[in-house]
Amino acid sequence: MGMTMAEKVLARASGRPVVVPGEFVTANIDILMGHDRSFYSGYVEMVKCGYERVWDPEKIVVATDHSVPAADIAFADRHRKIREWVKQQGIKSFYDVGEGICHQVLPEKGHALPGSLIVGGDSHTTTYGALGAAGTGIGNSEVTYVMAKGSLWFMVPETIRFILKGTLPQGTSGKDIILNIAGRYTVEVAQYRSAEFAGPAAGALSIGQRMTISNMGVEIGAKFALFEADEKTIAYLKERTHQTVNPFGPDPDARYVQVYELDVSSLEPQIACPHNIDNVKPVSQIGDVPVQQAFLGSCTNGREEDLEQAAAILKGKKVHPGTRLLVIAASHEVYTHLAKSGVVQTLLEAGAMICPSSCGPCAGTKMGVIGPGETAISTTNRNFKGRMGSPEGFVYLASPATVAASAIEGKIADPRKYLR
Amino acid sequence: MGMIVTGKVWKFGDSIPTDFIAPGFALALPWEERRKHILHVHKTFAQQCQPGDVIVAGSNFGCGSSREEAPADLRQLGIGCVVAESFARTFFRNCVAIGLPVMSCKGVSGMFKEGDRLELDFENAQVRNLTTGQELKGPPLAPDLVNIIRRGGILELLKSEKQGMR
Repeated sequence: MGMTMAEKVLARASGRPVVVPGEFVTANIDILMGHDRSFYSGYVEMVKCGYERVWDPEKIVVATDHSVPAADIAFADRHRKIREWVKQQGIKSFYDVGEGICHQVLPEKGHALPGSLIVGGDSHTTTYGALGAAGTGIGNSEVTYVMAKGSLWFMVPETIRFILKGTLPQGTSGKDIILNIAGRYTVEVAQYRSAEFAGPAAGALSIGQRMTISNMGVEIGAKFALFEADEKTIAYLKERTHQTVNPFGPDPDARYVQVYELDVSSLEPQIACPHNIDNVKPVSQIGDVPVQQAFLGSCTNGREEDLEQAAAILKGKKVHPGTRLLVIAASHEVYTHLAKSGVVQTLLEAGAMICPSSCGPCAGTKMGVIGPGETAISTTNRNFKGRMGSPEGFVYLASPATVAASAIEGKIADPRKYLR
Repeated sequence: MGMIVTGKVWKFGDSIPTDFIAPGFALALPWEERRKHILHVHKTFAQQCQPGDVIVAGSNFGCGSSREEAPADLRQLGIGCVVAESFARTFFRNCVAIGLPVMSCKGVSGMFKEGDRLELDFENAQVRNLTTGQELKGPPLAPDLVNIIRRGGILELLKSEKQGMR
């Protein structure tokens, strides 16, 4: 009987020839990811539970990315301890402050392989689905459990499929696809399910664009958000891992509980309006919305092509005097490319603030918190009330191109007029 | 630990994110300060919640960030169980992981008003409104998950596995 991608991964990881939705399995974990919140808490508890050694240091990836550089003494001390612990445990895949956001460095350094099962102490672990890796978020206690034992219970989810057809129009990107899906089908469409993204328009997306979509898979409820691993995946991973990488996808006779078809040819730039991710409108219906802060970055849209798209719009222009533009590339590697290609120069000349690779203002605790009555337009992934700071603030989510155009005009703007 | 939970109901709507349960700005605050911000979207919950009270919610409860502080802070407040139309999966997993009884049940939100008394027979997946007499059966949890909750969470399981007990 044919299996979907999630079924195949959980079957292999639990040592069964076949699994079906609804079954409970105990699966061996291929990679555990933790950051300066979840790895820290997870490790402390592991030791308290009486375990001195992690189950397999080669299967653990740690990135300090939430407080970068350390925002207070507590985090500074936490980072110091993390450095000691990874050394003691022999965890070599340790990416210290400034290297980048966990969900960027993990794939960049070749740790997300097609068909693998990855759990991370962060909800956007679904990002690795862009490479055909079944990644999903877990909480601190489960991080502790996996760190000690290397396995975890899973319920095999049902799978839904989004078949993407057509060609993305100029000025639109992967972010607009996932916002459109959220708006059209709501934030519960993939609740407790695995979502597969397939079809010609999915295959046409770069790995970076796929990562944007998989990243926000969790926002529509998905346990896993998977693209088939194809020649693009193999090319991406070629320089980044010694492991053999093969194509990976569902069986031709896999069963889906629901299949959705989308033609991306008629997409407009999309905006998720306060205070819900599925409160989505096309940019033409937004009206006059002044913005005081524009943010380009995050694990959702902090990659080279995201910032290149923004720079193409900002080139030769200036950020509106009433708007602050913050830029955070998702990793040191991305910044290196952007510096060489002149993108950093373009952004600086436009008046952007360039900040260290980290989560930044996404979760509202640092580096660009908004105040009461302020409006931000951002390439991040959540816009709940208070997400970026004041509960009396407003967060709109959009693509890098839309954020760049909005930074120029000081209000939410259609990027397409800058691309003609 | 008892698998029958009873308590006074606090009601919440759809898509309550973990950002509302354990707001980012409050995470670093000491408990006495942090507790004032829990589910601040409800005007009186944080101030008036008593140990033993329970939560009944709409769909997609606990969406957003996977922060375990969300169910952990509810438990520290003394919340006895959370029952909802549906849950975001990481919140659901985290409830199991910390041993907080949790159940999804279609129709449960419409069956309770705030202030009603709820009884959850966790092992049999049965929820009763003691004020009105209505009851509903939900999908039973897998025995392994019931076991984790009964022990008080996955860390308790981990400790017992270290000692060679299961």
